[in-house]
Amino acid sequence: MADLYQKLVMLLGDDLTVLILGIVLTLGFIQFNSLFLIWLERKVAGHMQLRLGPMEVGPHGIIQTIADGIKLVGKQLITPRYVDKWLFMLAPVIVLMPVPLAFLVLPVHPGVVVLDMNVGILLIFGFSTLNVLTILMAGWGSHNKYSLLGAIRAVAQNIAYESPLLVTVITAVLWARSLNMSAIVDAQDKIWFVFTPWGALAFLIFLISATAETNRAPFDLPEAESELVAGFHTEYSGMRFAMFFLAEYTNMFIVSAVGVTLFLGGWRGPILPGFIWFLLKSYVLVFMFLWFRWTFPRVRFDQLLGFAWKVLLPIALVNLVVTGGAIKLIDLIR
Amino acid sequence: MNSLTTYLLIAAMLFTIGLFGVLRRRSLIAMLISIELMLNAASINFLAFTKFVSPDPATGQIYVLLIMGVAAAEVAIALAIIISLYRWLRTIDIERADRLRG
Amino acid sequence: MKNFAFNVFVIITLIPSFWVALSSNIVHAAFSLFFTFFGVAGLYVLLGADFLGVLQVLVYISGILVLIIFGVMMTQRAQMEHISTRLPGRFAGAVLSVLVFGGFMVAVYKTAWPKLTELPEPVPTTSEIGNLLLGKYLIPFEVASVLLLAVLVGAALIVRQSVRKE
Repeated sequence: MADLYQKLVMLLGDDLTVLILGIVLTLGFIQFNSLFLIWLERKVAGHMQLRLGPMEVGPHGIIQTIADGIKLVGKQLITPRYVDKWLFMLAPVIVLMPVPLAFLVLPVHPGVVVLDMNVGILLIFGFSTLNVLTILMAGWGSHNKYSLLGAIRAVAQNIAYESPLLVTVITAVLWARSLNMSAIVDAQDKIWFVFTPWGALAFLIFLISATAETNRAPFDLPEAESELVAGFHTEYSGMRFAMFFLAEYTNMFIVSAVGVTLFLGGWRGPILPGFIWFLLKSYVLVFMFLWFRWTFPRVRFDQLLGFAWKVLLPIALVNLVVTGGAIKLIDLIR
Repeated sequence: MNSLTTYLLIAAMLFTIGLFGVLRRRSLIAMLISIELMLNAASINFLAFTKFVSPDPATGQIYVLLIMGVAAAEVAIALAIIISLYRWLRTIDIERADRLRG
Repeated sequence: MKNFAFNVFVIITLIPSFWVALSSNIVHAAFSLFFTFFGVAGLYVLLGADFLGVLQVLVYISGILVLIIFGVMMTQRAQMEHISTRLPGRFAGAVLSVLVFGGFMVAVYKTAWPKLTELPEPVPTTSEIGNLLLGKYLIPFEVASVLLLAVLVGAALIVRQSVRKE
């Protein structure tokens, strides 16, 4: 391995080698993560409803998702007649584009981050909001009223919840005094941000907004099965559908990882090595998303939007001001 | 290759395409889209000048930041007007929007 | 490497921008804008403004573009309805654009641009932008925020009035 690494560095230079290795590892991790999460979701769902979930393929159904994946690859790609061909085909491609980029700036271990950008956190949110655009592409391109309704819902919801989400992110950035992800983790070496009163409130708002941003239940109105068939991806089949699925589960992990980095001290933790703590914390957050889904009933659309604009956003803004005041006060005391 | 004139050339092309779009379109939203191209071209120019001519790297970036703010404001208000117009006329064709009173 | 990235960004800026101006399908025009904005963001990064490049993605693509596409969807009754692009003065528009482009070319190539003897290395400018915004450029910054607030209220007012009269 080390020998191969040396050769790559000779061939491509230091930065490029790290970048390429990072991308390859990221792509591998995305596959593994989605396989694991889909299995986990079915298991969690099963056990919460006093069922067992998938049990047939492999011990406790662990390779069930691989079997499903093979089935999806083998399926025919159906393109309905009246779709907008360009948009219909581009949407599943673009939906996966921003996903690896977000991984590159996450600090996963002390000193391990592929791209140590000074605007890392902005990069993640810049690219993860591209999701809305692909949903619009898919919804509009499908030439189907359910898809279009799902897409319009998704956009209204994402715009509404983006605002409190970004305000809480700004709160954390203000506390850490940096947009660099590694610096944000460094700033939490004494106390994790979630253990301050304003940090706890910000984390709560972050969690709610993140659930809505990833279109998860109880905020899964864009793809509400009982109302809209499957929302914006109604017309997609085979691998194209798999792309949306992959992106959804990866986005869930990214949002959790960002939450861990901003509020839960990133890779910090006793005894175990950093990256294990990072993964552990992230998957605990992911598990909470699964837990929400199988516990809460779906909300109504006007409740959803009203909650974001009338409750979450004002609280988040007040919290931001309070955090600013607290930082000033702490500086004065020192 | 990456010199000041190259960037200015790109910005000029982008601006001209945007201008052509504005002159050619009849749909208000399509005109709005083309105006965005022109604003982007102006931003590229600001950043190119900052990098290649001005010794201070941040001043031009402030202008681009303000352009972004103004562009966001412009789109929001323009879309409000367009949707309001659409409710009156059921069209967003500028040639049909020729009455002062609804 | 940098040259390669530059070429890629120029291509994904300029080629879709022709669609933006020429496509008869307004939805395609709006989605082409996505690539153009993306390419421009890349050019910003190459010009040493990584903060603005990321902000371009955040503000233009996920803010302005989504808003525009939303507007397209609300004002387009049937999906297959195409905008008409037949303007009587279409020829005049083309001529005028070419003239303006020619003017730009003259300006770009005839001006003796002051040359920096030494190009500054690209440094992270994020904190400097912050200092300038809250120091030297405080008033433009505040005026911009007042403008945004006014737009927020104004847009809501305009749309609300037309709903009420209906």
